[in-house]
Amino acid sequence: MERRRKRPVKPQARRKFLRTLVMGVGLIGVSLLGYIPVLGRWVTRLRPPGALPEQQFLASCIKCGQCVQVCPVEAISLADLDEGFGVGTPCIDARAQACDFSCDGLQCVLACPTGALTHEINYPHETDMGIARVVRPDLCLAVQGRGFSGQARGAAFRGKLRYDAVDRWNPIPVSEHPYELELCDLCMRQCPIEIRLAQCAAGTPPSGDERQCPPQHAIRLESLAAANGVTRMQPVILEGCVGCGVCEMICPVEPAVIVIDGTQSRELDA
Amino acid sequence: MSRLFDSVAELLGREPRKPAADTIDPQIRELHAGKRNDRTRIEKIKIELAHKAAHKTPEKLRRKRWAVLLLVNLLFVLSYQLDIQMLEGSLTASRFVGFHMADLNSALQVMLAYKHVLINLLIGTVTVFIGWWLLGGRTFCSWVCPYHLLAEWAEILHVKLVEKKLVKDHPFDRRARTAFWVIFAVLAVVTGYTVYETISPTGILSRALIYGPGLALLWVALLLLFEIFYSRRAWCRYACPIGLTYGLVGATSPLRVQYHLESCFHEGECRKVCLVPHVLNTVIKGRATGRDVDIGADCTRCGRCVEACPTSSLTFRFKGLGGLL
Repeated sequence: MERRRKRPVKPQARRKFLRTLVMGVGLIGVSLLGYIPVLGRWVTRLRPPGALPEQQFLASCIKCGQCVQVCPVEAISLADLDEGFGVGTPCIDARAQACDFSCDGLQCVLACPTGALTHEINYPHETDMGIARVVRPDLCLAVQGRGFSGQARGAAFRGKLRYDAVDRWNPIPVSEHPYELELCDLCMRQCPIEIRLAQCAAGTPPSGDERQCPPQHAIRLESLAAANGVTRMQPVILEGCVGCGVCEMICPVEPAVIVIDGTQSRELDA
Repeated sequence: MSRLFDSVAELLGREPRKPAADTIDPQIRELHAGKRNDRTRIEKIKIELAHKAAHKTPEKLRRKRWAVLLLVNLLFVLSYQLDIQMLEGSLTASRFVGFHMADLNSALQVMLAYKHVLINLLIGTVTVFIGWWLLGGRTFCSWVCPYHLLAEWAEILHVKLVEKKLVKDHPFDRRARTAFWVIFAVLAVVTGYTVYETISPTGILSRALIYGPGLALLWVALLLLFEIFYSRRAWCRYACPIGLTYGLVGATSPLRVQYHLESCFHEGECRKVCLVPHVLNTVIKGRATGRDVDIGADCTRCGRCVEACPTSSLTFRFKGLGGLL
């Protein structure tokens, strides 16, 4: 032991030690860079149904993508490295493909192995992804008193929706389902909550399950008396909105009149 | 017990030690001493090896291992792309025909960051723990991890460049990996984020294969360039906490590579091919402390040494099955 201590440290060993130290600091430093996009909130993402509040969500998501795999409309994609700690976490670009709850049973929630998508919810109306906001009312066809005919988002649009009247089980491309409307009400017409409410009112809740019935409306067209005495209709977002994004996806004008605010929840808004 | 202690200590980064002569059983010492006597056998092996070196044959087991690795990853890809639903998810967590599986290190990161454990995650973690304990722990690395395969190819390049004296290997202190494991665990607890998952090349590659490539692959490319031009197999040897986690799991695994002193003539072929050469310290002349010595926990059970050994002195063993394997 004594002899060992007296022996001077070999320069080679010292270099190796320093090299290791530099590598160590470097690697930890690089990994902590992931903090920046998270703290800076560079991107605010719409998360899949049942997602916990963002911090808990990032902590609990194991980044496996099982939610991506089960979604029937392929609404979910995984975030990239530019989102730092959020890399590999699921998110939804509602304008491209919203969650239309065509699985009815919240498949992504069931698929989640860690509870990052909380298993405490079972039905679409119990989710709280965000809240829709009418951000460009002046562009709204309904406000302008106009109808809509044709493909809601054009022929090239790849997004899908489930149309119960067409096929109860398989979503079809929106482009294959043209509309002919005297007054545009696409946002309300395609709202998954409103569709369920209508089904329940008709006595045919989804899967015959009463518990699928939402307790309150999510969107409504309200009459708006303009200054010149002409009455116009305007979409108004109600308490029952869960932020699924279908209204944003289906809105035929560019940019969309309605967008989802994923950072807000019903609780926060109240 | 002391062998297990040494095995774990070497896994954590302690350099292998030469056992003091008086700790070796006299019978074993005799075995060591008698090695030089069988000159004809040694000559024969030398000729055999020279012949082998002149006529390189492909490493069959290595190819099989690569095939297994690619197949497992392909199963993930096809399960999603063709919707055959055999192995859904990615390497961090998945369902194998419906049964939950969770990568041990990813699960650990989530548990530490989130501080709650959902039953599904626990089931997946325990299943995988038992599975990899049975199969040898770091077996995950060489038989499943997609980064390991790329790193093996990078290593081949690196070794070629070193031979041509174009680059030099810069080894790091192997204890760094243990430090990283601890730091990443602490970071998960303190920050509440799964920090390691952000830079995990295993997770990044697995997701890229299944869900399509992205920016994150640049990080993987950077790591590979670092390994080719600067430090041989740097990630797996000095950094990867996943490897250490599986190493700890496999420390007591029944499946291991075993060294048989009696038939060994210390040609050192095994150490030339080993992906984690420090675990084969025991095959050096005079080091083995027993007739049959289990190779340590850092061994990835890749089997290259088993294939390279000219005297079959290294074999796969499954404890409890005797010589059945």
